[in-house]
Amino acid sequence: MIRKEDIGCIKLCDLIDDYPFTVSFFEDNGIETGTAMNMTLKEIFDSYSVDETEDMVLDFDRVCENLAEFINQMLSFLSEDEKIHSITIHPGRDKSGNPEGFSDLKISRGEVISIVGPTGSGKSRLLGDIEWVAQADTPTGRRVMVNGEVPDAKWRFSTSTKLVAQLSQNMNFVMDLTVYEFIKLHAESRMVEDAENVITRIIEQGNELAGEKFTPETAITSLSGGQSRALMIADTAILSRSPIILIDEIENAGIDRKKALALLLTEEKIVLMATHDPILALMGDKRIVIKNGGIAGIIETTDEERSILVELEKLDRKILSYRTALRSGEILSEIK
Amino acid sequence: MNLVTFSGPPSSGKTSVILKTIDSLKQRGLSVGVAKFDCLYTDDDVIYGKAGVPVKKGISGSLCPDHYFVSNIEEVLQWGLDNGFDVLISESAGLCNRCSPYIKEVRAVCVIDNLSGVNTPKKIGPMLKSADIVVITKGDIVSQAEREVFAARVNMVNPSAVIMNINGLTGQGCYELSTIIYMEDEKLETLLGKKLRFPMPSALCSYCLGETRIGQDYQMGNVRKIDMEDKK
Ligand SMILES: Nc1nc2c(ncn2[C@@H]2O[C@H](COP(=O)(O)OP(=O)(O)OP(=O)(O)O)[C@@H](O)[C@H]2O)c(=O)[nH]1
Ligand SMILES: Nc1ncnc2c1ncn2[C@@H]1O[C@H](COP(=O)(O)OP(=O)(O)OP(=O)(O)O)[C@@H](O)[C@H]1O
Ligand SMILES: [Mg+2]
Ligand SMILES: [Mg+2]
Repeated sequence: MIRKEDIGCIKLCDLIDDYPFTVSFFEDNGIETGTAMNMTLKEIFDSYSVDETEDMVLDFDRVCENLAEFINQMLSFLSEDEKIHSITIHPGRDKSGNPEGFSDLKISRGEVISIVGPTGSGKSRLLGDIEWVAQADTPTGRRVMVNGEVPDAKWRFSTSTKLVAQLSQNMNFVMDLTVYEFIKLHAESRMVEDAENVITRIIEQGNELAGEKFTPETAITSLSGGQSRALMIADTAILSRSPIILIDEIENAGIDRKKALALLLTEEKIVLMATHDPILALMGDKRIVIKNGGIAGIIETTDEERSILVELEKLDRKILSYRTALRSGEILSEIK
Repeated sequence: MNLVTFSGPPSSGKTSVILKTIDSLKQRGLSVGVAKFDCLYTDDDVIYGKAGVPVKKGISGSLCPDHYFVSNIEEVLQWGLDNGFDVLISESAGLCNRCSPYIKEVRAVCVIDNLSGVNTPKKIGPMLKSADIVVITKGDIVSQAEREVFAARVNMVNPSAVIMNINGLTGQGCYELSTIIYMEDEKLETLLGKKLRFPMPSALCSYCLGETRIGQDYQMGNVRKIDMEDKK
């Protein structure tokens, strides 16, 4: 822990020695370090002319406060050894105010839970409750525990320790970067140690999931829908520190969903997916049924359902191969 | 009454987020009014009106919109008190990235979107750097990785803020926001005597006063020049 009262009297070079990550803080906040290495923040601010102070846009006190906060956040992030084993959802009420039809639901690392229910029934609200680590302070009145206990507020408010990563329905990239540059940028923001290895792994895994291959030099904006999704899943599985992954439908096109789930699971994630697709719904260990805003029941996937899943997957592959054939101008014949 | 000021670049999602947040506040039985400040034009008053939210709009025209804000906020606050609102929200578009009329001890929310590019956070001045809450919108159209990178960059320039990702279209996150912007025991009666968090620029040059001719002879007052010397 470092205090904001002390930070103004430490030389920049000493700060940077002790906390190398402060380099990017000084850079992003427009504090020139080059010539000022032997000065303290106090001395730097005292040396500013009126114009320069105005250009800084922050005063000395605020910069000290921010820097101390930043260093303390990073220290706790880097020493983070706390593991999330499970989350537990305590029931609330549905839209009519009736209590929900389940007793506590515990979800552990490595589990896949699907969430089913009609449009508007409250699937996204449930995902929202988990992301916000609700404590009876959302419309549903649910409580979400982490490792069986009332969670620390950092799960709500810290950007570096987010409980939840979301794979959104709509998967576009907007940055103008190559695949390699993009993942590197992400890795840097996550402060990973062996960045190069991690980048290679993500690109490899992404290519495993995607139908058509891409290279590190491909511009991310020119990836196809399937390739983008594949890269995004690989990146989230491997780089995101969040223990929980929320998925609002993984679309079918151009990506191997089974492998995608398997990848997320080898990375020890808790996976929750809201879906209308029977294949995805049955891939879960359990499924949560939502009606009228409340959890109406929790169903474990039965053996019979698992054999139905095998049939569905066959059907899925059949449709896929017909589609591929049609796209390449062939005339279809019955596949056995 | 509570006063909450929302600022953010044009089209970042301020109105969308405010409207969805008002829904959540109303659900809890609170009455809310909005004051919209803009520079040349806005339709937001119509949008708020349609949603049944009482609204006042102010167009700064030829004046600096942030100076205009500070000169009018006390009157707007009194309008809110007269109407008996529990919460008064002000929305203003940050136009020059330099200013922000945040007031000390008045909750300040900055709304910025994921599409604006990873270098944007360090380009925006006090509007972002001295906000209490930073709302990041349009996460639905970028990847998880981009969301994480963007939030990390925002955190770098304002580590003290609460940073929230909110979807302005679906309102995901707005209920949560509504719980942290309203303080039941806060009873604001006037802004007299309160101070801005950061001074506005001290600019006052001949062009502020209507000069149109270009050239050194016409430049008076606070003039600054680009350093044109090539560095050795
Ligand atoms: N996809 C997406 N679009 C959004 C989101 N939030 C807002 N928008 C859209 O962005 C556009 C601008 O939103 P507004 O809420 O009007 O933005 P504003 O900041 O109030 O704009 P001004 O008041 O004109 O400066 C609208 O078309 C919104 O529907 C979001 O989270 N995701
Ligand atoms: N228990 C509840 N009490 C009160 N409101 C609720 C409850 N559950 C959900 N809601 C509200 O109902 C609305 C619809 O819910 P939500 O968006 O989660 O549906 P969905 O299942 O995700 O729908 P879709 O399939 O269309 O995405 C939201 O405004 C949500 O806040
Ligand atoms: Mg939904
Ligand atoms: Mg608006």
